[in-house]
Amino acid sequence: MSTPFYVSPQQAMADRAEYARKGIARGRSLVVLQYADGIVFVGENPSRALHKFSEIYDRIGFAAAGKYNEYENLRIGGVRYADLRGYTYDRDDVTARGLANVYAQTLGTIFSSAAEKPYEVELVVAEVGSAAEGDQIYRLPHDGSIVDEHGSVAVGGNSEQISSFLDQRHRDGMTLAEALKLAVQALSREPGGGEREIPAERLEVAVLDRTRPQQRKFKRIVGRQLARLLDTEAAGSTPTDAPSDTEDTDSTDSANSTDSTPGSTEETDK
Amino acid sequence: MDFLSDQSPEMLPGNRSLPPLQGAIEAPHGTTIVSASFPGGVVLAGDRRATMGNMIASRDMQKVFPADEYSAVGIAGTAGLAVEMVKLFQLELEHFEKVEGAQLSLEGKANRLSTMIRSNLAMAMQGLAVVPLFAGYDVDREKGRIFSYDVTGGRTEESGYAATGSGSIFARNAMKKLYREDLTEQQALTLVVQALYDAADDDSATGGPDVARRIYPIVTVITDEGFRRLNDQESSEIARSILERRLEQPDGPRAALL
Repeated sequence: MSTPFYVSPQQAMADRAEYARKGIARGRSLVVLQYADGIVFVGENPSRALHKFSEIYDRIGFAAAGKYNEYENLRIGGVRYADLRGYTYDRDDVTARGLANVYAQTLGTIFSSAAEKPYEVELVVAEVGSAAEGDQIYRLPHDGSIVDEHGSVAVGGNSEQISSFLDQRHRDGMTLAEALKLAVQALSREPGGGEREIPAERLEVAVLDRTRPQQRKFKRIVGRQLARLLDTEAAGSTPTDAPSDTEDTDSTDSANSTDSTPGSTEETDK
Repeated sequence: MDFLSDQSPEMLPGNRSLPPLQGAIEAPHGTTIVSASFPGGVVLAGDRRATMGNMIASRDMQKVFPADEYSAVGIAGTAGLAVEMVKLFQLELEHFEKVEGAQLSLEGKANRLSTMIRSNLAMAMQGLAVVPLFAGYDVDREKGRIFSYDVTGGRTEESGYAATGSGSIFARNAMKKLYREDLTEQQALTLVVQALYDAADDDSATGGPDVARRIYPIVTVITDEGFRRLNDQESSEIARSILERRLEQPDGPRAALL
C-alpha cells in the first residue's frame, strides 16, 4: 500500500487556480460596457448558435468566457433560479445581486471541492436599472469571488490588457454606437500590441436596453441592425442608435437561434 | 416545469391535496371569452365580470393575458385557479424560450395548455373548472389560430371564431351571424365586442360595457408584429360606437334572412 503524496493546501489551491485561469485565458475575450440607455455585451464568436450572452430575466443578462459546457450549465441553473424566484414571489424580486450570490456559491464550492476539477469559466451578471445609476455589473471569477464592476468589464483571453484599455477610454453616457465602437477596438487588440480586423459576422452583440417598452429588456443585435450601427461608427456620426424593435420582428432573442443543435454542446469555443 | 415538480411540487396546481368537502365551493368565476381570426392575425377579448353565485365578485377583472409574444390566453371558470394556471403557462413558455433559445411552436404551446387543464380534472369534478381559450399567431403558417378546450383537457382547433364561458352560447351565435372570412382587423375587433355585448344581454354572469365606471371589455390582437392589448381609449371607442347603434337597434345588426 502506498502512502498518498502530501501536497500542502496552499499549493493545491494555487495549482487549481492556475489551471482554471489558463483555461479561461485560452478562450476569446468579451466585454460588457455601460452606455446611456443600458448595458451592451460584445464578443467575438464564430458560432451563430452557441451564444456567449443570454437573457436570464427581465432586466438581467449573462455573459461567460471559458468552457462552453460548464457555463451553459451555469446559465441554465441561473434561468431556473430566476424563473422559480419570479414565479414564487414577484418579477421584481429577481435581482442580479441574488443571482450573482448563487453563482458565487456554486463556483466557490466547485473550486474548493477536491473531488471535482475547477470550472474554467468567468461570468458576468449584469442588471439594467431604470436609470444609469441603477445599473449593476458583477464579475465572477473561477474561484467564486464577486467583483462589483462599474463602467466596463472584460473577461477571457487577454482580459487584463483589454480592461486597462477600456478603463482609460470608457466614459458615462456614451451612445450605443460609441460604446460598440470602443468595444470592437478593444477586442481587436492583439496581445503583442498589434491590431486585427474582426468582421461583423463574427461579432456577437446583445443589449439590455432600459428604453425597450417590453418587460424583457434583453435583445440581440444581429444582421442589418448590427451592420447599421457599425456603419454609423465608421462615418463618425451617431444620429440614431436606439435598437429599434420594429426593424426585426423577432424582438425577443429567440428567432435568430432556431438552428441551435443540442448535440454540439461539447464544442468548446476556444 | 420538471425542475419545479422536483423542487417544490406543491407549487404546481395539480399536486395539491384537497380537504374532503361537502357541497360546492363558492369562489369567483370568470365568464365569457370570445375570439375571432382574420387574415393576418387573431383577436381575443373578454368581459370584465367575475361572479360568485348570484353576486358580482368583481367588475373589472382581467381575463385575457398574453402568454408570450405571439399568443394569448383568455380564461373562463374558477378565477383563482385560472389566473394561476396562466401564470404558470406564461412562465413555462418563457423558460423554454430562454433555455432552448427558440420559441415553442404554436401547436406545442396549445398541447402544453391541454396537459395543464387535464391536471386540474380532480378540482373540476368538484366544481372548480378552468376552461381557457387559446389564440395565437402561427409564425410558421403565417396566420392566426384559435384553440378551445374542455374540462378534461380535450383540445379542438376552431376555424374562424370561438367562445368559452357561461355566455359563450350567445356570443358564439352572435358571431355565427356576423363572421366573414375576409374581415379586416378593425372589423374583427368590432365583431368580438358585439358578441360580448350579446352575451351580456342574455347571460346574467357576463358584464356589458360599463359606461358610468368606464370599464370596457379587454380586447387584444395578435398579428405578425406580436401581441397588443387595446388601450382603454381604443376599446371604449369600439364599445361606445356599438352602444350608439344599439340605442336605435337594441338587438344589434341584422343579418340577411336568406
